[in-house]
Amino acid sequence: MSPIVKRKGEKFTLPSKYLLFILTILCTGMVLLTFHTTVFSGPLSAVAGYTVVPFEEGISVIGSWLANRSEELSQIKDLIAENENLKQQVDELTIENTRLQQDRYELTNLRELYNLDAQYDEYEKTGARIIARDSGNWFYSFVINKGTNDGIAVDMNVMAGSGLVGRIVDVGPNWAKVKSIIADDSNVSAMVLSSSDNMIVSGNLKLYASGVIEFEQLVDSDNVVVEGDKIVTSNISDKYLPGILIGYISTINQDANNLTKSGYITPAVDFEHLEEVLVVMELKQTIEE
Amino acid sequence: MKRGIITAILIFICFLLQCTVFRSLAFGGIVPNLLIVLTASFGFMRGEKTGLIIGFFCGLLADIFFASVIGFYALLYMYIGYMNGKFCTIFYPQDIKLPVALILGSDFAYGIVCYVIMFLLRGRFDFMYYFVHIILPEIVYTIVVTLLLYPLILWINTCLERGEQRSGKKFV
Repeated sequence: MSPIVKRKGEKFTLPSKYLLFILTILCTGMVLLTFHTTVFSGPLSAVAGYTVVPFEEGISVIGSWLANRSEELSQIKDLIAENENLKQQVDELTIENTRLQQDRYELTNLRELYNLDAQYDEYEKTGARIIARDSGNWFYSFVINKGTNDGIAVDMNVMAGSGLVGRIVDVGPNWAKVKSIIADDSNVSAMVLSSSDNMIVSGNLKLYASGVIEFEQLVDSDNVVVEGDKIVTSNISDKYLPGILIGYISTINQDANNLTKSGYITPAVDFEHLEEVLVVMELKQTIEE
Repeated sequence: MKRGIITAILIFICFLLQCTVFRSLAFGGIVPNLLIVLTASFGFMRGEKTGLIIGFFCGLLADIFFASVIGFYALLYMYIGYMNGKFCTIFYPQDIKLPVALILGSDFAYGIVCYVIMFLLRGRFDFMYYFVHIILPEIVYTIVVTLLLYPLILWINTCLERGEQRSGKKFV
């Protein structure tokens, strides 16, 4: 007699191998469905949002408070030394700033002439707190405490300070998942600010420890790009808004094909101590197919 | 019913700890895998079915928040729970060697599957690097946490079993 047929007076139980089989098919189906679509993410993320997120928020507030206290104690000495240095730097920067302001006047005039919009400052942003980090060790993504209720949508860019952190890849009513630019499976179309040469910046798990990210396919035929050059998001990216700072070139090498260059970038954002981020409430304009 | 609620709370707490508290306690950016400990221990304590159900829900939670597709981690954790359930017959609560060995094996299998599917298939061939820097530290950290967490899970399970036996006797 088949084990799943119910006998009289016996409680119905499903043998585990059948359950395993059913759930395997269910999971495989879900993987295939969610590979290109977002069918389940609506209801599932809503349920998860109202059960898990409030707790995560609470814990992360307490956790970050504790971490801050312990860090404060250990860093007082460093801070005093750093303070000295910074004061010197302030003087230097003030001088530089006045010079730059003069340049800026000139720039605004020129922009008016060319009828260009001032970029960057005009993006509307909203602050959000990081409440959870990836539960595994393979990718660098995190969850923030704002979602569709606050007007956040998938593909919005996320910044911290002045640098690019990543973009929103999944969103629930009160939470959103951010995939960072240092995650192993993320690629950003970028350009060198000074020469407008395009390149691809990609995260790499191997480089986490050294605090840099890779770039490749830089065509620099005039050999003008040097270490220390600013890298910003490019105009041709269809996810990232143009002109957001990614970082600075730390090493640059000629590829074996002698046509392109590759190397490493030091990101402008300190991903290790990230607590609050800014979400740019504007989406990159794309052409509907 | 009571067991269901308590298990759900356990999964919930482990997931929360793993992505918040242990993230700030991470050594070199590595967090222990509490969900594996939970899935594996319920697998060998209660059998295949409990193992695979708990694995499924642990994985689903990780999927919703951190995976790019829903169902991958659910599938992986579910099979880990099911495999551990096979060892239910040779499990004795007094013995700590088998649980530690099984959790170690589970975490190792988890690491290897993650590497093969998410990294090897994208052309990241340097297995030794990922093994030494990600998989191995995770296993070591997980085992350390197991030594603290496993007695707690065992104690909860014994309490539940005692309660179930008592209420079972009442109706006989």
